[in-house]
Amino acid sequence: MMSDVTTAPTATRAPALAGRVKAAALLFVLFALLPPLASALNDPFYVLIGTRILAYAIAAMALDLILGYGALVSFGHAAYLGFGAYAVAILSSYGINDMVLQILGAMVVSALFALVTGAISLRTRGVYFIMITLAFGQMAFFFFISLSAYGGDDGYSLSQKSTVLGTDILHSDYGLYYMALGLLAALFLLCNRIVGSRFGRVFTGIRENATRMEAVGYSPFRYQLTAFVISGCITSVAGVILANQAQFVSPAFMSWHRSGELIVMVVLGGVGTLAGPIAGAAAALLLEEWLGVLTEHWPLLFGLFLVLMVLFSPRGITGVLEKYGIARGKE
Amino acid sequence: MMNLFVLQLLNGVQLGVLLFLIAAGLTLVFGIMDVINLAHGVLYMVGAYLIATFAALTGSFWWGLLLMLPAAVAVGLILEVVVMRRLYARSHLDQVLATFGLVMIINELVEITWGTSPLSVPMPELLSGSVPLMGPLQYPVYRIAVIAAGLAVAVGLYVVVNHTRIGMLLRAGATNRTMVSALGVDINKLFAIVFTLGAVLACLAGALVAPILSVDTGMGESVLILAFVVVVIGGIGSVKGAFLGALIVAIVDTLGGVFGPILLRSVLDPAAAGQMGRVLAPMLVYILMALILFAKPAGLFGRSA
Repeated sequence: MMSDVTTAPTATRAPALAGRVKAAALLFVLFALLPPLASALNDPFYVLIGTRILAYAIAAMALDLILGYGALVSFGHAAYLGFGAYAVAILSSYGINDMVLQILGAMVVSALFALVTGAISLRTRGVYFIMITLAFGQMAFFFFISLSAYGGDDGYSLSQKSTVLGTDILHSDYGLYYMALGLLAALFLLCNRIVGSRFGRVFTGIRENATRMEAVGYSPFRYQLTAFVISGCITSVAGVILANQAQFVSPAFMSWHRSGELIVMVVLGGVGTLAGPIAGAAAALLLEEWLGVLTEHWPLLFGLFLVLMVLFSPRGITGVLEKYGIARGKE
Repeated sequence: MMNLFVLQLLNGVQLGVLLFLIAAGLTLVFGIMDVINLAHGVLYMVGAYLIATFAALTGSFWWGLLLMLPAAVAVGLILEVVVMRRLYARSHLDQVLATFGLVMIINELVEITWGTSPLSVPMPELLSGSVPLMGPLQYPVYRIAVIAAGLAVAVGLYVVVNHTRIGMLLRAGATNRTMVSALGVDINKLFAIVFTLGAVLACLAGALVAPILSVDTGMGESVLILAFVVVVIGGIGSVKGAFLGALIVAIVDTLGGVFGPILLRSVLDPAAAGQMGRVLAPMLVYILMALILFAKPAGLFGRSA
C-alpha cells in the first residue's frame, strides 16, 4: 500500500528533481562569483545586498516548502525572521555569541511557536488559515514591540557579530556572505531531500487530495504540522543572518508587510520549485532597490507591478500553479 | 477603581462599534465572495483622510461627513470594477498578492496627496464637551455619539440583512453562491453592492474616529489585523458574529491594557507585574482568538467547513 504512494510518482518526477538541483547549482555558482566581482568593481555594497538576498532566499525557500508543496499560504512567516534576529540579540546579551548556538536557540523557539500556532491554524483552511497565521505573526510582532529590555519599538543595536565555533570569520562582510551562501546551499539540499522523501510525497499528496490520503491511512494534520514546524525553523536561520548583516534587530523584521514580501518572492520565483524562490528573493529585492533609486514612492510602483502581474499574466499565477499541478486554491 | 472600570468599558464599547463597522464589510466580502481583501484597512484610512479634506474645505464636520459618503461609494466602486471583480474566480494566493499590491498603492497615493504629517479634524461644536455619568465621572459627548452612530448602523444592517430582499440575497449568497446565480440573480451586481457597502462602512469608521485620533498613514494597519481577528472569532460571513466579536475583542483589548497589570500585581511584585503586563496586554486578543478557535475552529457563528 505504501509503496504505491512512494514509488509511483518517482519515475515521472525524477527529471523535475534533477532540473531543480541543476537550477539551484547554477544560482549558487552565480552567487559565489558575486564577491570577487564586487571587489573588482570596488563596490562592497553589492556584498551587503547580496547577503540580504541570500538571507531572504532561505526564508522564501522555507515558505515555498509549505506554500508550494502543501498549498498552505502562511501570512505570518516574518515572525520566524524575528525569532532568528532576536535570538542573536538576546543570546549575545547573555554572552552567548556563537552562531551555532544562536541558530539552535532560534530553532527551538521557532519550533515551539510553530507547533502551537500551527496546531490551531491547521484546524482551518483557505481564507481562515491566511488570516489566522497573519494574526499570530502580528502577535509575535507586538510581543517584541513591548519587550522594552531589548529596545521595544526602537530596536536594539548589536555590539558585535556572532562567532562561528569560536572563529571570527563573520567579522568580514565576505565571511558573512559566504556563510550565508553555505547555509542556503545546505538548507536547499535539506529541503530537496524532504520534498523527495516519503514524508514529502505524502505531504504533496495531501495538497492534492487530503480526503484520499486520509483514506489511505495518513493523518493530514500531522504531516502538515511537521512541515509547518520545519519551515518555521529554517526561516529563523534567515533571521540570524539578517541580524548579523544589519548589526541591529527591531520588530520591523516581523511586520506583516515582510510576510507579504516573502509570499511575493515565492510567487515571483515560481511556487513549488524550491530553487525558484531563491531567484524570486533576488528579483524582488533588486526590484525594490532599483525602484527605490528611481523614486521615494517606490511602493507605488511595486504595488502596481503586483496588481498587474496578477491581473494580466496569462491566467494569473494560478496558471503557473496549474502547470505544477496545484490547481485548486478553492473548490 | 469602579469609575476607571466604567470609563474603560465605555472606551472599549466605542472601539468595538468602530471595529464592527470595519469587520462587517470584511466578513460579508469573505463570506459571500470568498475573497480575501487585505486592502480593507486602508479604506478605513481613506475615510479619515476624505473627511479631513472635506471638513477643511467646507469648514464643517457635518458637511465633511455628508460629502465623504458619496466619495467613499466612488472609491469602493472603482476598486470593485477595476481590480476586485477580476479576483473573484482566482485562487486565494492571487487575491493576497493583488490586494497586498493595492495596500502599497493606496498607502503611497495617500502619502503623495496628503503628505506624511498627520491631519486633524475639528470636533463638531454640537458634540464637544462632556456629560456627567455617575458621581464625578465625566465622559466626552462625541464618544457617546460614536457609540450611538455605530449601534444605529448595526441595527440598520441587521434590518437590511434579515428583513429586505437584498439582505435575503446576501444571506443566500453567503450560503450557496452558485445556486443564487443559477436562480437568475445578477451575481456581479450583488458582489459590487456588497463590496461597495463594505468599503463605505470602513470609510465611515475612519471618518467617525477622525476627530478623536490623528489622521495618519499608519492608521489602517493595526485596525486591519484586529478586524481579521474579529472576523475569525465571529465566523466568516456572519454579521452577528462580527458584532459580538468586535465588542469582545475591543473590550478585552481596552480592559486588558489597564487592568492586566493591576491584576498581575496581586500575584507578582510590582516591577515584574508592570513589565509582564506591558508584554502580555497587546497579545491578549490573539490569545483569546487562539482559545476560541481551539474550541470552535469555524468561529462563534461560523458554519463548519
